[in-house]
Amino acid sequence: MKKLMLGNEAVARGLLEAGCSVVSSYPGTPSTEITEYAAKYDEIYCEWAPNEKVACEVAFGASLAGARSACCMKHVGLNVAADPLFTMSYTGVNGGLVICVADDPGMHSSQNEQDSRHYAIASKIPMLEPADSQEAKDFTKTAFELSEQFDTPVLLRMCTRIAHSQCSVEMLEPAKAVKKEYVKNPQKFIMAPANAIRRHPVVEKRTADLIAFAETSPLNRIEEGTDKSLGIITSGTCYDYVKEVFGDTVSVFKLGLVNPLPVEKIKTFAASVERVVVIEELDPVIETHCKALGIKVDGKNIFSICGEFSQKIIADAFGIKTNSFTENSAPIPVRPPVMCAGCPHRGLFYVLSKNKYTVLGDIGCYTLGSAAPLNAIDSVLCMGASVSGLHGFNKANQTENKTVCVIGDSTFMHSGMTGLANIAYNGTNSTVIIVDNSITGMTGHQQNPTTGYNIKGDPATKIDLEALCKALGINRVRVVDPYDLKETEKVIKEETAVSEPSVIISRRPCALLKSVKAKPALIIDPDKCRSCKACMRIGCPAISMKNSKAVIDSTLCVGCGVCEQLCAFSAIGGTK
Amino acid sequence: MKLNIMIVGVGGQGSLLASKLLGRLLINEGKDVKVSEVHGMSQRGGSVVTYVRSGEKVYSPIIDKGEADFIVSFEKLEAARYVDYLKPNGKIIVNSQEIDPMPVICGTCEYPKSILDELSAKGVDIDCIDALSPAIEAGSAKAVNIVLMGKLSNYLSIEKEKWLEAIEQSVAPKFVEMNKKAFEFGRAYK
Repeated sequence: MKKLMLGNEAVARGLLEAGCSVVSSYPGTPSTEITEYAAKYDEIYCEWAPNEKVACEVAFGASLAGARSACCMKHVGLNVAADPLFTMSYTGVNGGLVICVADDPGMHSSQNEQDSRHYAIASKIPMLEPADSQEAKDFTKTAFELSEQFDTPVLLRMCTRIAHSQCSVEMLEPAKAVKKEYVKNPQKFIMAPANAIRRHPVVEKRTADLIAFAETSPLNRIEEGTDKSLGIITSGTCYDYVKEVFGDTVSVFKLGLVNPLPVEKIKTFAASVERVVVIEELDPVIETHCKALGIKVDGKNIFSICGEFSQKIIADAFGIKTNSFTENSAPIPVRPPVMCAGCPHRGLFYVLSKNKYTVLGDIGCYTLGSAAPLNAIDSVLCMGASVSGLHGFNKANQTENKTVCVIGDSTFMHSGMTGLANIAYNGTNSTVIIVDNSITGMTGHQQNPTTGYNIKGDPATKIDLEALCKALGINRVRVVDPYDLKETEKVIKEETAVSEPSVIISRRPCALLKSVKAKPALIIDPDKCRSCKACMRIGCPAISMKNSKAVIDSTLCVGCGVCEQLCAFSAIGGTK
Repeated sequence: MKLNIMIVGVGGQGSLLASKLLGRLLINEGKDVKVSEVHGMSQRGGSVVTYVRSGEKVYSPIIDKGEADFIVSFEKLEAARYVDYLKPNGKIIVNSQEIDPMPVICGTCEYPKSILDELSAKGVDIDCIDALSPAIEAGSAKAVNIVLMGKLSNYLSIEKEKWLEAIEQSVAPKFVEMNKKAFEFGRAYK
């Protein structure tokens, strides 16, 4: 049976068909839906782990016990999981182990554009890269087979366009999960120096075996063209663009196994055509390999290292004519993503902005506090960096007391806790604000250890943030409602004034949660409105100026009342 | 024959359902189909783009500049934003709704009211309809997406029954009748 499937759904289907029985992940665009779809299959145990390192180690443990297991993450998540990754390469596996990592060329929703293939090379772990949903499913299954055949974890590299494109997928019967026997094997699984020294040559031998496999595997496919003047080496989504432009005219070497790369097969291909061009998004990985083999190729001399490709970018590079098009003569105002109407983060950022605090921000919806008109954030680096960074900022800048950090509930559980322990242990008067909206918001509402529910929506242990912060050595922990601007401002001023570390939990569930019932929309009395625009300082998408008066869009307003607190003329109020 | 349709709008307007409907419709026609969506950041009131492509064999999941046969836009400004993706002789179907983006709300720039007229003057084929009123009449302001699909259906050589069948397969049972009504309103819109 065929079904139109997102690449991510296809990976989940592949997990099912491969008999994978344990999946542990941390959400991150564009990888999130893999685990969400997998959680719909009763055959697979799925969970949201607090972070990618934990998820990767859970998958390792399940593999050690003999089950086929997987973990899924976005590219920057692999940085967090890098520690287990490198040594899992040495131990190898028992049950097959697959790590799905989704890159984001073009940075549709990421803080950098790193190329995960470097991790495959550095950790000496094989990596597969599908070019559509069908391959996403097929390669997931192949990944488990390779994992067990070569005794190694296997990386499956997705990218935004493959993860979030739907195409037709042939569904097959799920395999029954087969659990291998667990046999104690300290020489293989205890990576202390004496054992690891013996494992390293095993890894090198495995790489040599994988290269031999790469020479003949149908994963690496040569599509011979009629025109021998050009041969293109490519993989993943770039293959799609290449075929779109050239069809079957030129020869194409499509790599499905992108680490390790074949040697002889590439040499043979290069010899069969007059000119070789490597087309790959992000870094010149295949190109560097070819050049090391002494093959003359074009690559990053004609294509950018930055950003996504498209069929037009490729056509243009070869001087192939494309359609003309009409352009706007006037500039079009940008439409950036914004905090939703009723977003609980808005009130907090308004207060921070109004009082000119320096704010170290973090990764989540609340990163949008950096946008106009709030402009409330000074830095955003990576998950958890706001808390540790604040400590460093305050160590360097001990006289000032106007710097805080803002981190979400899920991000705090992911990587903020250790930074807070450092604040307590090494002592700064830091004020950490945890924006607790009872959900992992940015990635589309996933549960986390502070919400009280698991991935299936069933009740789970709810970690008490106040008790956790106290246990981490913070004596001053206070809770505020960010819809209450006065109270929020008072508490922030008090906590930044004291000479010891403190935590403020700004608590209010995400306005988009189904459990949150919107209040009636507010309205603005045009007779009372003095057009001062005070209500527009919070950047609420529901408020705009029409005929010089502020008006509220009743289809967007959820009645949070934050704008009401800003109006000096009592023009904003409940519905009549 | 290849068919490229771009659906553009503002996060939360229902472009994903429209692309799901089109994907289903074209699969039912026996075509190879790719539908490319945007997730993450852009869901929060940002500009949203979805590509729907079909043909005997579709490779690329995206539509590039000068390639769209149709741009279906849920909002005026968004239609203008992506006009360069339209093929020569392509057609824009646009909902006449105006939704202010944040720079307009903040007062740093004005909503370019006459933008579509300027594009029409340049020869762009623009079919601007008020999709909101028929959607509300059908039962929900959220049915703007299906009203626009109804309008689009006039330009594709696919029987009406096939569209209605795809609607049945794409929306929850309790919303089927409302969406069929919205589709009919869009299809009959003059």
